[in-house]
Amino acid sequence: MNSYTPPLQDMVFALEEVCNIRSFAAMEEFESFDPDDLHHVLAEAGRFASEVFGPLNKTGDSLGSVRNPDSTVSTPPGFAEAYDSYVEAGWGAAAFPLEYGGGGLPWAMGLALQEMLTASNLALSLCPLLTQGAIHSLLAHGSPAQKAEYLPKLISGEWSATMLLTEPHAGSDLGALTTRAERADDGSYRLFGQKIFITWGEHDMTPNIIHLVLARTPDAPAGTRGISCFIVPKFLPWQDGSPKMRNDIACIAIEEKMGLHASPTCVMQLGESGGAVGYLIGDENAGMSYMFTMMNNARLGVGMEGVGVADRAFQQSLQFARERLQGRRPETPAGKQSAIISHPDVRRMLLTQKSLVEATRSLCYYNATAIDLAKAHPDKSERAKAQELCDLLTPLSKSWGTEVGEMVASLAIQLHGGMGYVEETGVAQYFRDVRITSIYEGTNGIQAIDLIARKLPMRRGAVVKELLEQIATTAKEMPDELKTLREPLEEGVESARRCCDWLLAHPGDNALAGAVPFQRLMASLVGGWLLAVSSQASLRMLPAASGEEADFLRAKQVTAEFFCTQILPEACALEHAVTGGAELLYALAPEQMR
Amino acid sequence: MRQRHTHAQRRSSVARRDLPFRVAIRGRRQHNQGVKIAVCVKQIPDPANPGRLDADGKTLARDEKLILDESDSYGVEMALQLAEAAGGEVVLVSMSPTGEVGGIRTALAMGADAAVIISDDALAGSDALGTAKVLAAALRRTQPDLILTATESTDGYTGTVPAQIAELLSLPSVTFAKSVEVGSDGLLVRRQAEYGYDEVACPLPAVVSVTAGVVEPRYPSFRGIMAAKSKPTEMLTLAGLGLEPSEVGWTGARQRIIDVSPVPERGGGEICEDDGTGHERIVALLEELKVL
Repeated sequence: MNSYTPPLQDMVFALEEVCNIRSFAAMEEFESFDPDDLHHVLAEAGRFASEVFGPLNKTGDSLGSVRNPDSTVSTPPGFAEAYDSYVEAGWGAAAFPLEYGGGGLPWAMGLALQEMLTASNLALSLCPLLTQGAIHSLLAHGSPAQKAEYLPKLISGEWSATMLLTEPHAGSDLGALTTRAERADDGSYRLFGQKIFITWGEHDMTPNIIHLVLARTPDAPAGTRGISCFIVPKFLPWQDGSPKMRNDIACIAIEEKMGLHASPTCVMQLGESGGAVGYLIGDENAGMSYMFTMMNNARLGVGMEGVGVADRAFQQSLQFARERLQGRRPETPAGKQSAIISHPDVRRMLLTQKSLVEATRSLCYYNATAIDLAKAHPDKSERAKAQELCDLLTPLSKSWGTEVGEMVASLAIQLHGGMGYVEETGVAQYFRDVRITSIYEGTNGIQAIDLIARKLPMRRGAVVKELLEQIATTAKEMPDELKTLREPLEEGVESARRCCDWLLAHPGDNALAGAVPFQRLMASLVGGWLLAVSSQASLRMLPAASGEEADFLRAKQVTAEFFCTQILPEACALEHAVTGGAELLYALAPEQMR
Repeated sequence: MRQRHTHAQRRSSVARRDLPFRVAIRGRRQHNQGVKIAVCVKQIPDPANPGRLDADGKTLARDEKLILDESDSYGVEMALQLAEAAGGEVVLVSMSPTGEVGGIRTALAMGADAAVIISDDALAGSDALGTAKVLAAALRRTQPDLILTATESTDGYTGTVPAQIAELLSLPSVTFAKSVEVGSDGLLVRRQAEYGYDEVACPLPAVVSVTAGVVEPRYPSFRGIMAAKSKPTEMLTLAGLGLEPSEVGWTGARQRIIDVSPVPERGGGEICEDDGTGHERIVALLEELKVL
């Protein structure tokens, strides 16, 4: 009933026309990437995702993962088998370096693969996603021996990995964490403490789990500058190298959550009997900076989760709107009912969903392209430019992708009417599942602080201004056939410029007060811009297209026009909130707020 | 070296997935070369999309992307399992009037070793016999020990091509196989029947049509997909096969499509109010359906 069809046509279009991924083939880093494979690889991965991961989404939600009295965790029926096939098919390795058994593809493609997995089954996809984060940390900071020991098995997916960051009193404020790591004689460490909210911290799908744990050494400075990062495997190698010896780390509880029931969210206890053996990554006290290395990828990945779920919710909405008969439109004969897709407000909901999905998909892919170019562009200054762009876009992708996930899933419930609120329909699950994405991996509020306090001030605002200049150029050069896009984009740019100037001139609480609305405004503007770029491409491609392809290309123009003329202006109106300052927010003392 | 590498990889993948009992190889064939299996496959418009008819309204439009007919994936899987167990190779043979190869690449990515594709403008409009002639000509060049096909395609449903190929090649034809064993003395096929199954023994080479659903087709792995593009793919024209355009396509077709009409819409069901005799009505209906 609610199966997922990978949106291959739009994915390929976004990668080719918005991200220009074909140009990557010339880069040394991506020598194994053949642009002509794009469709084929995505199609096969999509078939795998929708046929193997997809059918488990609902059973996973109703049965959930269960913690057993011996502190093991059993996943819902079918999950371990599906994960096995995922490892056997080798999808997790696609966008990692060849050196460690990866496929050497661009990250933008890896992200597209991820989109289909998350759309098929968000709860299950989180396991390989967490593994990805650990791989990035180890690639950047692991010693050669650590890389050799862990990377091949993590990249293949044979082992999974987690990130143990949060503690009961250290959530968004990681500097407050207290898990301690004592040096042992053999050069390793013994860890003691408790970590919470550990996604896939314990499960039965892989023979070993590699935990990356943030902790403090005894003489560490206070705050974030005293945090070190350790590898704590669930099983330690025995003399013959096989992972057999149980490390002193255990799942003592799993949370009962609003959604993502199949993904075990664990409370992990370290050092109940002598200390969990941990191996330091890099240097002591540098753990936080190591976390930031993988953060761009991880945050972008979470933004993509929102888009994936949004797309699935949209697909189900569209199907329902075509089939559900209610009311009679003038063109429907008397005595018959019309499909609800023929009603104006249902059209509005569908186009809102569709344009938000396509805008955020483009944004996330474009962001991934920046990650690729920052790593692989032959020209050093281009690499630096791409890194700046990636740094700027990441909070936008993370926050807006997840917000759109919620919004589109919520619209899907609305569109289904009363049945949307009934669990059997399935759309309620999307909403419950996706709701966490705007919280974890740095809440969207934290993303906004990152945007205002770190990204906007890059080169005194010049990085943002250059992007705005680029958008303005696109608007100016918009061909007459697409002239409806020109004005809203230009207004968006003007509005964003004024916001930037105001925020830079009012640092501190005033800027922070406007951070979230600014983030939404910027993300919507960049999204509108990328849809406009899509529209230009479709205009160029239409003369040579026919049939289904021509329909798709014309739809791109409709989507862009709807978004730019009806959704973007809403976001631009946020300028008032951005520049409203902090005074009003503080006008009521905490005790007066009731 | 490359070849050996491929084989090693394949063995390991077999070791991990338990080989279903249905496919087993008894002993090795002579010459120690293993068995050469040809699988006839067809690329069809994605059945998930609403189908369209060509401008003439007589045939299915095939100008969009084509995919591997799902019914062929069972033959491919069975061939791969046979070749993995006994050593040997799997060659795909396909007729592709438009030159489209997307579906063939799926089968190569699953693990087939090579493909022979017959592409020629003159092939458009071929009927079942025309198709069989082309495939038979290509198979004659390929010289396989065993030829597997689906029982019928999902877009045409004539179901006659396998037997026609066998006839044209003067080979035994076994249809509706649910399992195939290749031994040194020939073939043992379990043939699906309404009452159970027949056991059929026959010499090789032979043409065997494989029933859908009897094996579980593997998903192409990421590596399989990457490797697929470097596998040998031979593109042939009619001339290359020594066939005349007049034997195939619209001109050669002995079957003429007179009309195509849409499946009539399903009428609304009948609603009976239960006035206390509802059970009698139900029994009558079930008797009408001959299920009682």
